[in-house]
Amino acid sequence: MLAYIVRRLLATIPVMGVVAIFVFSLLYIAPGDPAAVIAGDLATTDDIARIHAQLGLDEPFFLRFGHWLWGVLHGDLGTSIFTNLPVTQLIAQRLEPTVALTLTTLVVTIAFAVPLGIIAAWKAGTWIDRSVMVVAVLGFSLPSFVLAYVLILIFSVEFDLLPVQGYVSIRDGFVPFIEHLILPSIALGLIYGALVARITRASMLDVLSQDYIRTAQAKGLANNDVLIGHALKNAAVPIATVIGIGLALLISGVIVTETVFAIPGIGRLTVDAILRRDYPIIQGVILVFSAAYVLVNLAVDISYTLLDPRVRY
Amino acid sequence: MAVAPADIAAPVARRRWLRDAVRRHPTVIAGSLILLVMVGIAVLAPYLGTIDPLHVAPVKRLRFPSELYWFGTDAYGRDVYSRTLYGARVSLTVGLGVALFSTVIGLAIGLVTGFSRIADTIIMRVMDGLMSIPPVLLAIALMALTKASLGNVVLAITISEVPRVARLVRGVVLSLREQPFVEAAMAAGTGFFRTLWRHILPNTIAPVLVQATFICASAMITEAILSFIGAGTPPQIPSWGNIMAEGRSYFQIKPYLIIFPGIFLSLTVLAVNLVGDGLRDALDPRLARRM
Repeated sequence: MLAYIVRRLLATIPVMGVVAIFVFSLLYIAPGDPAAVIAGDLATTDDIARIHAQLGLDEPFFLRFGHWLWGVLHGDLGTSIFTNLPVTQLIAQRLEPTVALTLTTLVVTIAFAVPLGIIAAWKAGTWIDRSVMVVAVLGFSLPSFVLAYVLILIFSVEFDLLPVQGYVSIRDGFVPFIEHLILPSIALGLIYGALVARITRASMLDVLSQDYIRTAQAKGLANNDVLIGHALKNAAVPIATVIGIGLALLISGVIVTETVFAIPGIGRLTVDAILRRDYPIIQGVILVFSAAYVLVNLAVDISYTLLDPRVRY
Repeated sequence: MAVAPADIAAPVARRRWLRDAVRRHPTVIAGSLILLVMVGIAVLAPYLGTIDPLHVAPVKRLRFPSELYWFGTDAYGRDVYSRTLYGARVSLTVGLGVALFSTVIGLAIGLVTGFSRIADTIIMRVMDGLMSIPPVLLAIALMALTKASLGNVVLAITISEVPRVARLVRGVVLSLREQPFVEAAMAAGTGFFRTLWRHILPNTIAPVLVQATFICASAMITEAILSFIGAGTPPQIPSWGNIMAEGRSYFQIKPYLIIFPGIFLSLTVLAVNLVGDGLRDALDPRLARRM
């Protein structure tokens, strides 16, 4: 087991290496002088020269990549062109709202989507199953920011039940913290929930047609015991996999959701960085999000052994 | 005048075929119809009672929907109805463009990596790396350093979608390569390219076609997201994402600025997803039973 974890950890190195090379090369892929693109249309030659110096664009590619990688490995993601603050510090400052939003969404979505998928599979072919599947297809089709505005209009503007925008830290009270996260979590979680519910249903349908389920039912076990004890346990691996892979949807959604709900997280930082063409921040954010994605999927891989005793490494 | 039985039978048979199709695949038919309407809107936008979507009229700014302005006007007095209808062109161009380019490139990469071990080792490591960057973030990174244009949006989203198609095709090729009919073809002396063309490629079309529809839907959402956060289609081109981005500041008092383009975008994505689901069910009945 330990050997497997070490092996998998080592396997993430080339993947993150490719990400690092790609993120770094982006500046060079762009046509023309990247410093001129970053500086914008109204820039003076001094501005362009300053960005050239700040990003070290005059140095040879490999030398600059070496410097940059060395910095990244030591937790230095560069310096923001606009604020002159270290990117690591900017990301650390904005981490809490993003982690809070992502975790709340993850927990709420899984708490709803997995049971819905199970019920849909259990009642396959009935109106319950069809309703869940219709909601799932709608969930795939409704862009998160459109849903976000609809939710704000209904629950905040029309009925004044929840705050329109903003973020309150958990340190300033649990109730306002949750109140501010309810609508963003629903908007962000719908597409993810749709994916998880569909895979849960598909996976459960596969398991429910197995002989041992019929045996469990024949020996008089209660429905709940059959579903949870026998079926869900065996359907857990694909569900865990999609929970990990689907995290990419959450990360993509966070950027837009934070913009709509004015949440001062990493997503908002990214959008501000794009508007100011603050490239070191964009590079830093991509690296951090990709690392988080790779690590979560590594954790999911490792969790297979806990979910399914037949999986041995 | 006598009517030949065949003349009566033909329309009756056609009607029955249509009825059967609707009964057996209601969602696909609904999806195709919505999609057809959207394509019609995109193509015929200038003839559907629209005015110049870029025409600015400050005197008429932020008007609510009325008989004169069906979807109201925006902060510059531009007609939202005209802008929304013209916006269909951008979404569909991006959706279809990305679906086409990413499948063609992904197919080529998947076929090569499925057959060549060296190419597989190198290219798939690059693909794995690209796949670990969430697609929207990858597209944002590419767009942040290029001039905003429709072509660059298509290119940026295509690059973020290619690894998924390549991985899918590679998987199919790897399993096909071991199939007896491919081995038999090789043993019979069929050339490499002929085997690829006659035996491997046709078998990858079905899953790639299904994947293409989902890429099309996802590309339309990504384009809207990019435009919404200011990293997509240039502001002078009316796209659904742009219209919503411009309406963002007013949405509490003028929700129609977000609602109308939002409905069009959601309906189009829903239509493509329904067609994709239907295609998957038709091409893989085993999966259809489960999904």
